[in-house]
Amino acid sequence: MDTPILEMRGANVFYGASQILFGVNLAVQRGQTMALLGRNGAGKSTTFKAIAGIAPPRGGQVLLSGHPVSGQAPYLVARAGIGYVPEDRQVFPEHTVDDNLIVAAKRGPRGDRHWTTERIYEVFPILAGMRNRMAGRLSGGEQQMLTIARTLMGNPDILLLDEPSEGLAPIVVRAIGDLIRQLRDMGVTILIAEQNMHFCLGIATHATVIDKGQVVYSATIDELRGNDAIMQRYLAV
Amino acid sequence: MNLEVLAGCLASGACVVTQISSGLIVGMLLFLVASGLSLIFGVLGIVNFAHGAFYMAGAYFALLAYEQTASFTAALAFGALAAGVIGVAFERFIMSRVYGHDVLMQLLVCYAAILIFDDLVKILFGADYKLMGMPDAFATAPIQIAGGFVPSYYIFMLVMALAAGLGLWLGINKTRIGKIIRALAINPQMVGALGINTKLLYAGVFGLGCVLAGLAGALAAPVRSLTPGMGLSVLIESFIVTVIGGMGSIPGALVAALLIGLTRSFGAIGFPLFVDGLMFGLMALVLVVRPSGLLGAKAS
Ligand SMILES: Nc1ncnc2c1ncn2[C@@H]1O[C@H](COP(=O)(O)OP(=O)(O)O)[C@@H](O)[C@H]1O
Ligand SMILES: [Mg+2]
Repeated sequence: MDTPILEMRGANVFYGASQILFGVNLAVQRGQTMALLGRNGAGKSTTFKAIAGIAPPRGGQVLLSGHPVSGQAPYLVARAGIGYVPEDRQVFPEHTVDDNLIVAAKRGPRGDRHWTTERIYEVFPILAGMRNRMAGRLSGGEQQMLTIARTLMGNPDILLLDEPSEGLAPIVVRAIGDLIRQLRDMGVTILIAEQNMHFCLGIATHATVIDKGQVVYSATIDELRGNDAIMQRYLAV
Repeated sequence: MNLEVLAGCLASGACVVTQISSGLIVGMLLFLVASGLSLIFGVLGIVNFAHGAFYMAGAYFALLAYEQTASFTAALAFGALAAGVIGVAFERFIMSRVYGHDVLMQLLVCYAAILIFDDLVKILFGADYKLMGMPDAFATAPIQIAGGFVPSYYIFMLVMALAAGLGLWLGINKTRIGKIIRALAINPQMVGALGINTKLLYAGVFGLGCVLAGLAGALAAPVRSLTPGMGLSVLIESFIVTVIGGMGSIPGALVAALLIGLTRSFGAIGFPLFVDGLMFGLMALVLVVRPSGLLGAKAS
């Protein structure tokens, strides 16, 4: 196998004195869409924060295309190619849609400028119609699309999406799902954290299941679909 | 109170012109200092209680450059830049260590810095009053407007301050770096996650605020006497300006600074013993009627 775009090796993460992640291993290959599945409180967001440099692991390593990034400041991790989209749709509410994108524009880790505002508006036609609207006035689904688009403007090697379906109406969730599938088919490498397994079944190519801060299962999405025991034990609500 | 004198002044075009022009330049200097204070507060969320020291640094370094080069342009540039460089160093090595600490801690650090800066000025430039004198280019007859006389330098100060204010406003609202700075003010963690070095940006914004204070000091040098400690009254007045105008609002700082400048110049005629009282009264009134300031964001 090739060197994974993103690899986490034996990451231990603490909040103060309490340990949240216990030796988490994770590997995402180029072009994969990996679902990080687990119940509320399992440690998905913490895993993302550890990768993004916001909650650096006290033990273990995070590697980007084989190069260690753990211990670096979040902005350096982002420049190295991590495109982290946090939960809660953190758009800049008093910036226009256009300005949200402009703020995030940067070259990718190898100097590439694949994503421009024009390209974003082709892929996200809904946003094109509201370029000059304040981001705070967008609906929840539109804001979610904008945060994904904004992170793409930084030309990352891998997109980290933390619960993109959270708190959205079913029809909007479907639209977000279509969008992520479209990005996947364009070749964007994606790691997506979700409690909503059904949302991921139609999107992801691979799945890793996390429970109480430990990885308990990792396989292709089809294998997971066939493994009722895992689904019942860790993912049923 | 001297209401007859005030009425007499208001009845005379010459007196009104003189008072308005002196009120405007007081207001413009305050505007520059206050807009820097407001910018720093708006983005970093801290009050730079040492801001007056950068006004002082601007004045003294302008004097130094003027004495060396006899060029007032060089004096302005050097005064503003020196204040900015000292500001960046102050932010990096001192202020950044007390972010997130108690305001009292920040106040204490800034107060210590003020004392140190004042003493440094005494060591480097001497403890007695210094005068720069009017640069040759402005040593011309005052301009006559409606019977009143306005020094040409006043017009220059007005234009410079307005240009700096407009430049700041355009920079913040229209340029990419300005948009990033406004985003930084709202959600620094997200800005960092987008690959932007927020620490560097904080230092830059702090330095820019100090450049504005330094420019004000340099512009004031030909018309004020320079003393160690000259920053304190400017700090207090520009603090009043930011409270009246609304913390973080640049247009608010302009309106409030002009209000304070005119209150001072006309107040000095009508209420010569109560000028400071008028200013604080105005601030108290605004705090009661609009606690967030004239143009400040509501409910902060
Ligand atoms: N800032 C924090 N301080 C202390 N504990 C936290 C903090 N954030 C999350 N936790 C705890 O860490 C665990 C994992 O949380 P999280 O990673 O957010 O889970 P998930 O995203 O899978 O729902 C939970 O038990 C949560 O209570
Ligand atoms: Mg979460």
